[in-house]
Amino acid sequence: MSPEPALAQEGAREGTRHRLSPARVLDLDPLLDDPKTRIVVCCGSGGVGKTTTAAALGLRAAERGRKVVVLTIDPARRLAQSMGIDSLDNVPRRVKGIEDAAGGELHAMMLDMKRTFDEIVEAHADPERAAAILGNPFYQSLSAGFAGTQEYMAMEKLGQLRARDEWDLIVVDTPPSRSALDFLDAPKRLGSFLDGRLIRLLTAPAKLGGRAGMKFLNVGMSMMTGTLGKLLGGQLLKDVQTFVAAMDTTFGGFRTRADATYKLLQAPGTAFLVVAAPERDALREAAYFVERLAAERMPLAGLVLNRVHGSGAAQLSAERALAAAENLDERRIVDQDGGKAGLRNSPDTYGSSDHAEPSAPASTSGPGSPATEAATERADDTAADTAADDTAAADAAADDAAADTADGTRATDHPDRADGGVDELTAGLLRLHAERMQLLSRERRTRDRFTALHPEVAVAEVAALPGDVHDLAGLRDIGNRLAANRPELPESSEGPAGAGA
Amino acid sequence: MSRLQVVSGKGGTGKTTVAAALALALATEGKRTLLVEVEGRQGIAQLFETEALPYEERKIAVAPGGGEVFALAIDPELALLDYLQMFYKLGGAGRALKKLGAIDFATTIAPGLRDVLLTGKACEAVRRKDKSGRFVYDYVVMDAPPTGRITRFLNVNDEVAGLAKIGPIHNQAQAVMRVLKSAETAVHLVTLLEEMPVQETADGIAELRAARLPVGRVIVNMVRPEVLDAAELELVRSTPRTAVARSLSAAGLGGARRGGHAERLVDPLLRQAEEYAERYALEHEQRAVLGELGLPLHELPLLAEGMDLAGLYELATELRKQGMS
Repeated sequence: MSPEPALAQEGAREGTRHRLSPARVLDLDPLLDDPKTRIVVCCGSGGVGKTTTAAALGLRAAERGRKVVVLTIDPARRLAQSMGIDSLDNVPRRVKGIEDAAGGELHAMMLDMKRTFDEIVEAHADPERAAAILGNPFYQSLSAGFAGTQEYMAMEKLGQLRARDEWDLIVVDTPPSRSALDFLDAPKRLGSFLDGRLIRLLTAPAKLGGRAGMKFLNVGMSMMTGTLGKLLGGQLLKDVQTFVAAMDTTFGGFRTRADATYKLLQAPGTAFLVVAAPERDALREAAYFVERLAAERMPLAGLVLNRVHGSGAAQLSAERALAAAENLDERRIVDQDGGKAGLRNSPDTYGSSDHAEPSAPASTSGPGSPATEAATERADDTAADTAADDTAAADAAADDAAADTADGTRATDHPDRADGGVDELTAGLLRLHAERMQLLSRERRTRDRFTALHPEVAVAEVAALPGDVHDLAGLRDIGNRLAANRPELPESSEGPAGAGA
Repeated sequence: MSRLQVVSGKGGTGKTTVAAALALALATEGKRTLLVEVEGRQGIAQLFETEALPYEERKIAVAPGGGEVFALAIDPELALLDYLQMFYKLGGAGRALKKLGAIDFATTIAPGLRDVLLTGKACEAVRRKDKSGRFVYDYVVMDAPPTGRITRFLNVNDEVAGLAKIGPIHNQAQAVMRVLKSAETAVHLVTLLEEMPVQETADGIAELRAARLPVGRVIVNMVRPEVLDAAELELVRSTPRTAVARSLSAAGLGGARRGGHAERLVDPLLRQAEEYAERYALEHEQRAVLGELGLPLHELPLLAEGMDLAGLYELATELRKQGMS
């Protein structure tokens, strides 16, 4: 919720970085540092790294001096362990081992929905009634996690944490719902159910019966209970009625609470972050999210795009890398088939063949192959490089000579094998690079489709890590990446790759 | 071969894709499969590039060899009204119930009723026969909720049968459980070769087994090709940079001298190889963990061009080749 600083800084960067794309960069530090930011909600579809993102943001904000609590819903075991919250006790615990030079604190907790529900009951009912509700089979099933309960309890807990006002900043993870927006809808649904007509009908026969004007309703009512009884079986209906009656008197303000939580989410101190991975489904869900948040007037800070792949050699396209790898394969075949004699050549011949070779593969690769482009560039390159290459070749020859002395057999007996091995390896490196570039261009296409639809949404890209995060150092690293403001994926307009355009 | 194939998996592992590919793979010569969606995401429609599916079984694909794939997106609300009508002739009451918010209550809030309706509908399709007494569908493939919720989802009927101790819901719940806990059902879990999904798969299998639900196979999705093998990764460490630079130059990628086009590629390429090596080691570890689960393992490749209809057929062919159908 700091569009001004984010834009200003981006403007400044724009000049130096020659970025032509209109995609805004999401600047997270000003958001985390702003004392007016009190709640950050991380939402998105399953498997995109929501919980990790929430934890990393919490840690970063704490290490930048804020007093933070992170509310996680269903963290992976090792992530929970990394924050010392692997036991469920439904209260925030101080996380040890953070850098607190800036005076911040990090607390974390894992939601226990049944416990949260029980606590509400205990807080709002007298002991006798509370015991009746807690022992009701219908309540026990409802609180143990049916549709919407987890979402409702997450929002309930958020409301409680906010009401305690002990923390500068609350970072919330959202439940892995069947639909990513259940946490917005479920509290309303539960609230309107508990305050709704059905409840009144289920609980009210005695009340209604007395009023003559309501007679017709009473007929409908008995038909209703009759139907429900037929459907559910008498026992369950009785359980439901007992439960509902108990809830009704204790939870008069259920809808009020749900409404309050909802308003809290709309308040200016709240910032939503939509988390996604650069995959079609995740970004489709993210787009849906962005639209829904706008419709609900929920304040969206931006999109966190996790697990993005970049490359330090993005100037080399997949096509050229593959063509070059083929060149090396051919060279190896030539070496193995007819090259034996040549390999016995004097160092002079070896040196000159080194120069002759680069042009050979170009002629063997078919017309229309990307090698044409490569060849052109190479021609310039070779001309400019010739002198330097000679030196390099000489250096290399010297290196080889040194190696020869150390390992007398290598140059004399198997010079081909050493070289063939390097070529094979290099071809492998090039194929690996081609794979990376294909992945990268696919991710870029997916991202660009999203930014074209939602140019107003600022994006923070986070580079993919080879492994999972297990400790605070790993979370800190993610935090650094989140705040780096450096898109991992090249813009479509730059780079000679032109892939996917 | 079980007739009800339930496909679950951690979010983001591509379980909808695998379920769809499996439905195609099972629709061999003249066979008919029904692909069922229960989470209202319309993922199947997107995958098959058709408009949103209504609550109606409709043909969405023809498999190689003439088999047919039907699809159904189950809407719990309509399923409930359907059910009331079918068993109790309560079509009118259904509308009244809807007005009162009872239908909404039943399908969104009431403990487990929604899941009872969803699993009930799938089981009904499994058991349905035509006039000649043949099964209407040879296989039903369910794109099920994710691993974290699958046991509860499938087992909900047990719980409901306990809540509603008598009455039609009780009977219905028990009938569904008889199908789900029999050899007629197999629950497959989709995973990636990454730590969290593998861990979740192992946990999910333990939960399914504890609930005595039949665990089928583990499908590793989006497996990346092995570009460099262990020996080559060893070479990455031992080969001098200059040698790689010269080799790149020889491949036609510019000068090998310091600052030359080829030379500048060396560091990024070696860095990518290092990342690859790290992932390679992790993947091997995770494969070993999966191996210890004692279940048949299948692997599906990552499609370089992203997932589309052609890719779906490719994966179906792969599943057939691996004997999953």
